[in-house]
Amino acid sequence: MADLKHNDEFLIEEVKFADVMEDGFHDHHHGDKYQSNFITHYIFSQDHKMIAKQFLITGMFWGVIGGLMSLVFRLQLGFPEASLAWLKPILGKWIVVSDGVGTLDPQFYYALVTMHGTILVFFVLTAGLSGTFSNLLIPLQLGARDMASPLLNMLSYWFFFLAGAIMFASLFLSTGPFSGGWTAYPPLSGLPQASSGSGAGMTMWILSLVFFVVSVLLGGINYITTVLNLRTKGMSLWRMPLTIWAFFITAILGLLSFPVLVSGLFLVMCDRELGTSFFLNEIFVGGQALEQVGGSPILYQHLFWFLGHPEVYIIILPAMGLVSEVLAVNSRKPIFGYQAMVLSILAIAFLSFIVWAHHMFMAGVNPFISNIFVIFTLIIAVPSAVKVFNWIATLYGGNIRFNPGMLFAIGFVSLFISGGLTGIFLGNSAIDIPMHDTYFVVAHFHIVMGVAAFFGMFAGVYHWFPKMYGRFMNDTLGKIHFWGTMIGAYAVFWPMHYLGMAGVPRRYYSFTTFDFSSQFAETNQFITIAAIITFGFQIIFIVNFFYSIFYGKKQTTRNPYGATTLEWTTPINAGHGNWPGGIPAVHRGAYDYGKGGREYIPQIEPVSDEEKLFDEEHAH
Amino acid sequence: MMYVVGTLILVFIIVIVVQIGNITEVAARLRGEKQAEHDKNEFNARMMILFMVGFLVYSVASAIYYAPYMLGYGPNILPTQHARDIMQLFNVTLFFTGIVFILTQIMLFWFAYKYRAKEGRVALYMPHDNKLEVVWTLIPAVVMAILVVFGLMVWNDTMSDVSTEAESVGLVTGKDNEYIEIEATGMQFAWTLRHPGMDGKIGEKYYKAITPTNQVGQVWDDPKNIDDIILDELVLPVNTTIRARITSRDVLHNFDIPHFFVKMDAVPGMPTYFKFTPDMTTEQYREHLSQYPEWNVPADPDEPDGPKRWEEFNFELACAELCGKSHYSMRKIVRVVTAEEYNAWLLANEEKSLYLTEIRGTEEDPFLDKATLTIEKRIADRKAADQAPSDDPTPATPEVEEDAAAPAPAPAPETPEAPVDAPEQEEAGQ
Ligand code: HEM
Ligand SMILES: [Cu+2]
Ligand SMILES: [Cu+2]
Repeated sequence: MADLKHNDEFLIEEVKFADVMEDGFHDHHHGDKYQSNFITHYIFSQDHKMIAKQFLITGMFWGVIGGLMSLVFRLQLGFPEASLAWLKPILGKWIVVSDGVGTLDPQFYYALVTMHGTILVFFVLTAGLSGTFSNLLIPLQLGARDMASPLLNMLSYWFFFLAGAIMFASLFLSTGPFSGGWTAYPPLSGLPQASSGSGAGMTMWILSLVFFVVSVLLGGINYITTVLNLRTKGMSLWRMPLTIWAFFITAILGLLSFPVLVSGLFLVMCDRELGTSFFLNEIFVGGQALEQVGGSPILYQHLFWFLGHPEVYIIILPAMGLVSEVLAVNSRKPIFGYQAMVLSILAIAFLSFIVWAHHMFMAGVNPFISNIFVIFTLIIAVPSAVKVFNWIATLYGGNIRFNPGMLFAIGFVSLFISGGLTGIFLGNSAIDIPMHDTYFVVAHFHIVMGVAAFFGMFAGVYHWFPKMYGRFMNDTLGKIHFWGTMIGAYAVFWPMHYLGMAGVPRRYYSFTTFDFSSQFAETNQFITIAAIITFGFQIIFIVNFFYSIFYGKKQTTRNPYGATTLEWTTPINAGHGNWPGGIPAVHRGAYDYGKGGREYIPQIEPVSDEEKLFDEEHAH
Repeated sequence: MMYVVGTLILVFIIVIVVQIGNITEVAARLRGEKQAEHDKNEFNARMMILFMVGFLVYSVASAIYYAPYMLGYGPNILPTQHARDIMQLFNVTLFFTGIVFILTQIMLFWFAYKYRAKEGRVALYMPHDNKLEVVWTLIPAVVMAILVVFGLMVWNDTMSDVSTEAESVGLVTGKDNEYIEIEATGMQFAWTLRHPGMDGKIGEKYYKAITPTNQVGQVWDDPKNIDDIILDELVLPVNTTIRARITSRDVLHNFDIPHFFVKMDAVPGMPTYFKFTPDMTTEQYREHLSQYPEWNVPADPDEPDGPKRWEEFNFELACAELCGKSHYSMRKIVRVVTAEEYNAWLLANEEKSLYLTEIRGTEEDPFLDKATLTIEKRIADRKAADQAPSDDPTPATPEVEEDAAAPAPAPAPETPEAPVDAPEQEEAGQ
């Protein structure tokens, strides 16, 4: 087997590419015109790279808020006797002080839980993750000057911002923010009489989410259009990096599912404001019998989970894409089974639309229907398993560099295995009888979605930080951050399986009302302490992030990781338009690592005759 | 003050973090890029193995540690057949997923360690391997198929309704096809439990008939309501099929009895059902627990001579669907007793029916014109019978066991003579 010769002509470090796609971009001067002042550059920017940073930093802001909220309610669960009076200056009347002992008001406990879920799921892991990396990488990895519509892209961010501003404002309502859970099931969410958070809090929650959906849709249309239309010469779909496949399919999922959420929320709004009864039937609440009859709360659940289940994949697919890319680059190996990886993304995406009722096994739907959803749900485990095996096979025989991005990518795989396997329990409706709405579910989705998606995001941030800021984040701090978070996350969420298997329901303000749930005081303390420590490790990340923006180690070469993909062919700190000259054309897939003894062959390098021979030799 | 200190600590931490960052970067430069890279890879590779071992030990050890707490393990045996079936399914699933879990975690971290970067090594070029991929697509597919088949069998058995010939009864006779239908109505923030009474039939209810005394809105001109009893705790006969009829009068709730693996949403305006058969009484369960040292400690640590934990054990009914600010506190006790105890209990409580205690004789009473109803006659007869045999010095309450041992008294009571046509519900509540 002959080694392939190095072909210096296409070295990414060279500023000129032998083969470019001339699009005349630099003939007109519009390219840099609107970057000229502070406002259009940093605030109302239309440059996808800047918008990506806006999404990221906003997402980080929300991550801190959502994380702090969880610490407050974890304090209540872990140390129900301890006084929270010291939080009174911040939380005001929601801390009830009697005899010097401050306790968290149950109503506000539920508000915190609800806000935590909503913020993390939508603002951090949807906007902060997919918004950041779709924006950053789609044009860069496909060889496009920008998104198809930079204007819509900018609007997408600002609608997200608006959604966040409304949600933030709702935290200060005197009746409290919405408190009916991130799933917002009516009638609880539909009736202000049923819960004080369902008054103005719910109105603002709906408003916020509607703007959020607008943001997702504007972003999504843009991503899809860009992927379909703006690929550089030679970049066929089957040559796209897995990141792009993931963002592309994610955008399609969002486009098809988020509108259904809006329709559900719209109907809730009608029930609240117009006296309709889509979800209300024979209700007696607050000492009064309502006139509304004939609706069904279960209908809402169908609408919600028709979004809700795809949503969990909207969160995890981008993380999977990022992890695939980071694993391949740092193992110095092709991602194992590229085609199988793409096909499994497609399979998961398709199946994710026909499994929604696995969240409703115990909701009072006809048990016969559940049979079908069990079958489809457990089928999803197959493409998920394929992905896991392929990631592990990617490591096999590699030459692995453990930079922080890679560490988080490996951590992701571990978490996805642990959390995915418990999905197999829950997806079997019979086992879901004891497990539904217990801490077992909390453990499942935090590990498989919450923490895993965060790991995907961290992998992405560490890996592409140079692409955003022209500097590196600090390695050692990244290493500390990783190991602290890896150990901490399992410490927090693993014991929750056991609570669930003892029957402890989720969304309980206190576990002492019941004998069966009151035996876990120490476990809950352990979880709370672990959560606080794990949060502490995130401070390291945040400090590292902002410090490195200004003082991090400078990126001195264009392609510091020796990666094949196009984003590393742009100059360090590329300006608007990404490539100073023409856009490089592409001649191969994104994963030619270690081929024929060459460490990597960039996508821009044409296939030599020698290599064709090599391919034939390896065809069987 | 506290906040000032807190801020200072935070600033301090940030400075430290920044310093660690700077120092390590300087140190790396001193050692030379290559050496630093090498050290980093070695360190993290070792950590991978350390973590793998720690994690696997932690997961197995914690499972062993928590086994006595989990339902279906240790002392916590499951007192319904469907729960034991589910547990078996759970364990089969655990077996398969456990193997996968251990193998994949080991491979992941082992490969990470083994293939850590070494200078001069070139990675293996292995873009795909169709055979391997087919294998690891098929194996999960087959395992999933097994789990689905097994799972759906358990599911459909568990969720099947009572058979159409089955009859709902009040008193237990031990016949094959009988079941007891009880009703649980969720409301903010309590369960209201309704027993059908001697007729075994739950009376009509209508949400507009709800009043402070009539919490579920029983419609009084439905004669089936006359003997319905509102319960403080759920009393169930052992080895008898129970069909829980689950409803809500306001928001969603969930009827959750963890020990029985019973769980079903309560949906306003639409009754749902869950059928289960407890096959251990509370007493039997307590006795079972008494064999375990961890249950032989005082229930209240502050009272070393008080009752033991096992003596205080109860099955509990909870709410498992977020329903508002006191969602966590909707507790009711579920007491499983022998059939005899149950029958005695029912007889003793018949006179506590909501109708008899609150409605009879008021202007709401649709049967005001009837001097006595069958149920009243029955209760009076029984009282007289209890009084009559004066050989018993303590007439006591009818709850005494001796009464219960008697063959099931009172043949199925006939419904009182009442209007047959559908009650005019709207008026009932006014
Ligand atoms: C093997 C694949 C998976 C299966 C079979 C599965 C199955 C399930 C089932 C049946 C439930 C409902 C449990 C209940 O409420 O009783 C559930 C809950 C959940 N799953 Fe998964 N899951 C899988 C993977 C995932 C992934 C990859 C994610 C996200 C990335 C995810 C996120 C969630 C979330 C967020 C919930 C809880 C929703 C809520 O009630 O708030 N799951 N899963
Ligand atoms: Cu789902
Ligand atoms: Cu509840």
